[in-house]
Amino acid sequence: MFRWIIRRDLILAWRRRADVLSTLFFFVIVVSLFPLSISPDPRLLKSIAPGVVWVAALLASMLSLGRLFSNDYVDGTLEQILLTPQPLYLIVLGKVLAQWLVAEVPLVLMAPILGVQFGLSQNTLVVLTISLLLGTPVLSLIGSIGAALTLGLRGSGVLVALLVLPLYIPVLIFGALAVDASIAGSNPQAHLSLLGAVLALSLVFAPWATCAALRISVE
Amino acid sequence: MPNRKINWYKYAAPANFYPLAGKLIPWFGIPAALLFVAGLYIGFFVAPTDFQQGDAYRIIFIHVPAAWMGMFLYILMALYAGVGWAFNARLASMMATALSITGAMFTFLSLATGSLWGKPTWGTWWVWDARMTSTLILLFLYIGFISLQAAIDDPRRADRAGAVLALVGLINVPIIYFSVQWWNTLHQGATIRLLNKPTMAPPMLAAMLIMLAACWLYSIAIVLMRLRCIILEREHEAGRTLTLGAKTAQFSRMESI
Repeated sequence: MFRWIIRRDLILAWRRRADVLSTLFFFVIVVSLFPLSISPDPRLLKSIAPGVVWVAALLASMLSLGRLFSNDYVDGTLEQILLTPQPLYLIVLGKVLAQWLVAEVPLVLMAPILGVQFGLSQNTLVVLTISLLLGTPVLSLIGSIGAALTLGLRGSGVLVALLVLPLYIPVLIFGALAVDASIAGSNPQAHLSLLGAVLALSLVFAPWATCAALRISVE
Repeated sequence: MPNRKINWYKYAAPANFYPLAGKLIPWFGIPAALLFVAGLYIGFFVAPTDFQQGDAYRIIFIHVPAAWMGMFLYILMALYAGVGWAFNARLASMMATALSITGAMFTFLSLATGSLWGKPTWGTWWVWDARMTSTLILLFLYIGFISLQAAIDDPRRADRAGAVLALVGLINVPIIYFSVQWWNTLHQGATIRLLNKPTMAPPMLAAMLIMLAACWLYSIAIVLMRLRCIILEREHEAGRTLTLGAKTAQFSRMESI
């Protein structure tokens, strides 16, 4: 069931490739706006790079949250999924994993290229990629709670941002700090470990909260 | 009254709690008003001027109780929302909704007074201090809760969705707090702490505690008032206005006073 859900969501995403690409280009454009709006000074860019890339990743991951459950909700698939005897926890986990593979992994792969634009060293680029790899699943997991809660509401896009962005703050802080530490030449391992701890915690609790939220929203 | 048994479950029904809340409001509201007057009097006229901060420090008599209430009411709101969700208790969910506005108000008040105090004392309106930042995030959590409930038309769904969000927020609050504190200590050296004085003059402490008690009583009174409004609205929507007809009149009379 777990694999079936992932396969199904990946196939669906493949049929709507433009959605995935638009999220990716949103990420690239947001990151590129910062040098244009602040200054092209390489030293300044280097110091703001971790925050800029992370904030852009947060915003880009918000964009794809709306698609997580809404299509299934509209065509009634979600109701059928909720009625199956399979554990909902695994189904939700599968859907979140598929969403992560589709929407977040391209961002993680794109981030080092953007990092080069900001003059980050090779070592820092590795840390940036690792921190995004650990952090973006948390964004998907927490975001799935918000997506489930706002299912079928008017203006749900803005509402998701209001609900989810404050909860993203620890990920943003630890992720940006890890990259910061690497730029400063110190060991980023502590921050990465904390990011891993947040990931482990949300892996256990977030799908559970999402299940509860889905049951509330669909009734 | 050892022999008189009160059936507490009776008051879990909103229609029964409605008149009880009406009777309780003056018992909390009037002492709150008296304590506000007493606390402000002691705070402004009895408490001595601080030798470091001058008279500007007097804002803490509002600021500290507001900050405590802001944090405490969030926990209370999440617990009520959780109880309402788990036991399907409508009244507890209504209580959570009633608490959210007061909690957000106190959180905002603590931020506003904090920055008013910061200008003469630190020379700046806003510092990205760990405590201020986490209070700001707390305000965001309140706003998320309120706007989620406002966006959902079905009151039962609004209650449950709010409960999930409040409980997720409750788990997140310590993580946010520690991450912010850590971020702050790494970014800018030592932070300026509020109330770093080792001892406070007794009138100062007394004024602060009285103001805290006043804020408590005020919160209870105003939350009960809002709860009555929510009960009226929801029972009206559910078509149960008939049983409440007499009480609606009583309510409007109370409002006019």
